[in-house]
Amino acid sequence: MHTDRTDRRGHRPGRGAGIPERADDARWRDAPWNGGHRGEGAGRRDGNGWHRGEPDGGRDGDRRGERGGERDGEWDGEWDKVTGRARFAAEYSPRAALAYAVPVQATIARGEVRNVDSETILTLPGMLAVLWHGNAPGLGVPEDSGLALFQSPKVAYRGQFVAAVVAETLETAYEAAARVRVDYAAEPHDVVLRADHPRAYRAWEDAPGEDGREAVERALREARVSLDLTYTTPAYHHNPLEPHSTVAVWEDQGLVIYDSCPGAAAVRDTLAELFTLPPSLVRVITPDAGVGYGGAATTRPQTVLAAIAAQVTGRPVQVTLTRRQMFAVTGYRTPLVQRVRLGADGRGRLVALGHDVVEQTSTTADPAAGPGAAGGPGRPVCEVLYDVPLRHRTHTVVPLDVPAPSWSRTQGDLPGVFALESAIDELAAACGLDPIELRLRNLPEADRPGSAAAGLAACLRAGAERFGWAGRDPAPGVRRDGRWLVGTGVAAAAYPVAQSPAEATVRLDADGRFRVRLAAPRMRPEERAALTTIAAVVLGVTPERVEIELGGEGGAAAGPPAPAAAGGDEPEDVVRWGMPVVRACEALAAMLGEREAHPGVPLEARARADAPDGGHAFGAQFAEARVNLDTGEVRVPRLLGVFTAGSAADADALRARFTGAMTLGLSMTLCEEGELDERWGGFLNQDLSHYLLATFADAPDVAALLLPGDGPAPDPAEADRLTGLGTSGTAAAIANAVHHATGIRVRDLPIRLDALVGRLPTG
Amino acid sequence: MTGELHTERVRSRTVRLTVNGVRHHVRVDTRTSLLDTLRERLGLTGAKKGCDHGECGTCTVLVAGRRVYSCLTLTVALDGAEVTTVEGLAAGGEPHPLQRAFLAHRAVGCGYCTPGQLCAAVGVLAEADAGVPSAVTPDPAEPPALDLAEIRERMSGNLCRCGCYGRIAAAIAEVAR
Amino acid sequence: MRPFDYERPWNIDAALAAVRDTPGAMYLGGGTNLIDLMRLGVLAPELLVDVSRLPFDRVEETGDGGLVIGAAVRSADLASHLGVRRRYPVLAQAALSVGSAQIRNMGTVAGNLLQRTRCAYFTDVTKPCNKREPGSGCPAVDGVHRNLAVVGYSPSCVATHPSDLAVAFAALDAVVRIEGATGPRRVPITAFYRDPGDDPRQDTVLEHADLITGIEVPPAGAAAHSAYRKVCDRTSFAFAVVSVAVVLEVTAGAVRDCRIALGGVAPKPWRAERAEEVLYGADATEENFARAARTEPAGARPLRDNGYKVPLVRNLLTRTLIDLAKKGA
Repeated sequence: MHTDRTDRRGHRPGRGAGIPERADDARWRDAPWNGGHRGEGAGRRDGNGWHRGEPDGGRDGDRRGERGGERDGEWDGEWDKVTGRARFAAEYSPRAALAYAVPVQATIARGEVRNVDSETILTLPGMLAVLWHGNAPGLGVPEDSGLALFQSPKVAYRGQFVAAVVAETLETAYEAAARVRVDYAAEPHDVVLRADHPRAYRAWEDAPGEDGREAVERALREARVSLDLTYTTPAYHHNPLEPHSTVAVWEDQGLVIYDSCPGAAAVRDTLAELFTLPPSLVRVITPDAGVGYGGAATTRPQTVLAAIAAQVTGRPVQVTLTRRQMFAVTGYRTPLVQRVRLGADGRGRLVALGHDVVEQTSTTADPAAGPGAAGGPGRPVCEVLYDVPLRHRTHTVVPLDVPAPSWSRTQGDLPGVFALESAIDELAAACGLDPIELRLRNLPEADRPGSAAAGLAACLRAGAERFGWAGRDPAPGVRRDGRWLVGTGVAAAAYPVAQSPAEATVRLDADGRFRVRLAAPRMRPEERAALTTIAAVVLGVTPERVEIELGGEGGAAAGPPAPAAAGGDEPEDVVRWGMPVVRACEALAAMLGEREAHPGVPLEARARADAPDGGHAFGAQFAEARVNLDTGEVRVPRLLGVFTAGSAADADALRARFTGAMTLGLSMTLCEEGELDERWGGFLNQDLSHYLLATFADAPDVAALLLPGDGPAPDPAEADRLTGLGTSGTAAAIANAVHHATGIRVRDLPIRLDALVGRLPTG
Repeated sequence: MTGELHTERVRSRTVRLTVNGVRHHVRVDTRTSLLDTLRERLGLTGAKKGCDHGECGTCTVLVAGRRVYSCLTLTVALDGAEVTTVEGLAAGGEPHPLQRAFLAHRAVGCGYCTPGQLCAAVGVLAEADAGVPSAVTPDPAEPPALDLAEIRERMSGNLCRCGCYGRIAAAIAEVAR
Repeated sequence: MRPFDYERPWNIDAALAAVRDTPGAMYLGGGTNLIDLMRLGVLAPELLVDVSRLPFDRVEETGDGGLVIGAAVRSADLASHLGVRRRYPVLAQAALSVGSAQIRNMGTVAGNLLQRTRCAYFTDVTKPCNKREPGSGCPAVDGVHRNLAVVGYSPSCVATHPSDLAVAFAALDAVVRIEGATGPRRVPITAFYRDPGDDPRQDTVLEHADLITGIEVPPAGAAAHSAYRKVCDRTSFAFAVVSVAVVLEVTAGAVRDCRIALGGVAPKPWRAERAEEVLYGADATEENFARAARTEPAGARPLRDNGYKVPLVRNLLTRTLIDLAKKGA
């Protein structure tokens, strides 16, 4: 390849004739705002000679100088995102020519790999390796055996990685992966989730006995109003638009990984275990932008594949999963069958509640790890929201020949709240009460700050006011606007507020500099300077010898709408990161003596501070649904969420997160469904034209109202948790609105036209 | 089968491309998409690979001023073409009004769809100027006015998993005024 | 994707010759479906002959008031053409419902007619499909078929044809212009698509090296109104669950002309002849429109999970007829 600007771009030659080379990171140097070419050592390469995507590296100064104050209050990371300069994991270009690995997925749901015809495929020009369990290097097996790539011939689910190809070019790698022949010994598989499955086991349940199941069942039998309802939700795929991707390179200093997973510390520890290396020899760098939610939060097989492929070929290797591959190996939300039983007295006061949840897991998952891999029962949302004298909950898990679901949090997250808050709506109708009034009647007694009595009640009342709930006719199916039936619905939600632990790593490098790595995605320069000073004081060195690195080990969550905090707030980052920085520096200072004893050994110390339990944040969602009389099409023109925000520092950032999450909730309610074909196992719909996500045109007028108060403030950087609170409630609010519009109760998500057409009046 | 593989050779072509005003002569495998050429050969990683099947919009760039999915565009078919990517929107270093508006409206989430959204939005403005209607343009057609309903329909080829649709639409509407 | 050669001939004879001489050759238009299918491994042509820049990129008005639409006209340009927008709303609306704006900027009219089904088994090469591999079986018959055919299918294939334009062209009685080894020929759009029968591999009557050069659209009746209505699983950028294209002319309260085609229900655009027969000469009343719609989809045999398409077709057709009759009134 040659371009008109070759000499300025500084291309490196490829390995040989015919091997396309990867351009150096030309746009950084050539970008008009970047002052043209900058030499090496200008602060954009780290100690390994890699370009770093630090949001406030040396180039910030350049741009500030050029752009003056044009971007006041905007974070440089955000500016990078709108100019195409923000770098994602697959976009790091190492010095040596990159090779590409593409996985080969199992086409059986259970059985063993007998053979992989690697010899034939290796004759394709440009092939570097074919990996499978017959030739792959041995790994230390971690707890999550799904990451032990090519260590066993066993196939536990359709789509599992059973082989991979490594090639000089992406085109050859894709072609080769499609042509690899894998011989299997298939076994019968079992992939259909049913509540009465013979292998189902009870993961946990509330205590049985007098005040448990028996009491609940008696109370339900004797209650004035008693409902027994079953709701189902399909498998949901996270489908971040950034595919899971990794660039891996083995260097003299160990393994360096650029990864789309924001949980860098977890990735580091997993890789260290797999490759039997001390964690200090595994360097995981997570860019300041990207996936950051759902299935991206833990190590995924593509990371391990990249590391193996780089090890075997001696080349830097990039793995970017295809969209189809993601459906099998990046985690998903389990399909659920939920039975909700509610009993109430004549005034709509809840007397008993039963909630029985059935979910699936993979046959390789450890039952001791509990349901949903990362979930577990937690404090039930019904207990937080409502005062129910008697309740009994069970959680049943069915191990199947399916990929491992990633998380569920069924009690508090979208599916759990969908079931509970739909049932509450059905109860209101059965009691002849307004659904907001019914909820207010069931709030817990205590009127302390942060309780549902204060928080939820405020959300419901403020939302009713803003949404125009007053005077709502409760009768279903009676409002028309042209050919559309119109209805409104409400749902409540609660979510635990907590921060992930803050971890700091301090390293003394051979160049005599101390590098402090923090999981923070980005930080204001003044806070960074403050932390630099703190570290220098504890270490007893001048601040010039200390560098703060961001987005590195420890992980950085950059998920739904940007948390860019404006200047002038409390120095939150110093508060959060100060203690782990101090502890890590103290530990390193204590180790400094050893350095003299063992010169040349890099020193590293790590410390973390756990975040306190922050109580609950509350929310109420209001939806307007319109259902076409002729076609059953559902539109949601209005969605309002009201959330307790405590004393949130940046209300607009929080609002952006919530409206984004509510839009996600709308997508899951109306569009998304992982489809199973039981004859083959695995997911049938594996692309974005069969697994539909909501588009711009589906996105309604989504508004989020924040209620300040004494309660805990959700942290806008806590993408996962905020998404949980923002999405929980959306589905029930929409389903309740659809019922109000049509009189039809849809208890199985998604709510699509086929559930409604033909059941509506046509006159 | 071994013999069959041996006889197959990669077919390649040299293609002249102008990308963001810079001329390139690039020799590519006939299979290489414009997206992969930009990202893996020219170091222009602004255009993103989200699905590689024309279903998500993250790869959107402008070819001869029209927005297209670069993942479904063969580089060999583009000989002589002019391509604009997100890296080329800030002409002469001056930010495009849409880039400013996206930031001002906090229309950026994780950032992965953003370059495609911006290129698509540039396309929306140009198409409206040229009188191209959309499915929600009133019939019989007047020159389309870019209200929020029009913007939402016209932007539907670009998904955002962070749910920033409302903010992006507002940012585009501001620039369209 | 398998390696392939690429050629861009500058005239039609060279294009025809290039494909004729290479059994594994295919024409490349906008590529929005072909490249997609090649990447999935569904198609593996040895040679792509790029016809996207051949001079069939214009919409021409014929002397009698009809149109000839060049095969390489992009959907966006078809939808923007003033003559199409004014006289053939059904066609403009169908063109605007194609994919997304990017797809409409890329995809050609001929490519739209030749796109393949989106049946999830067809696009997954790890599963059987008679359309890909004859004799391998049709898993959709007993599998996931919520969005597949209710009429006109065979036991060997229950796929639907996904084109929007073909449905509008069917209602307009359009004719496909084809250049082939035996010279030019014209095939009515309603005869252009094959029934799946025992061998669903070929969607159309095109032979190897046959090239669509354009679509002829007969003159629009002066009093005719037309519309395309498409119902999807989301608001935009999705394939039709069901669509209807209707051309309706009402004079003095009676239906003088009526042509109806249905999309999303069959392996091809489905002409609703039974409903047309009911309506010819009948009073243009809501009762008659509903009565006609109830005869469709004539001969429907829904699969286990797609019976909802029957009331959907009937309701959508009734409403479209009512709305068009109001326009004429």
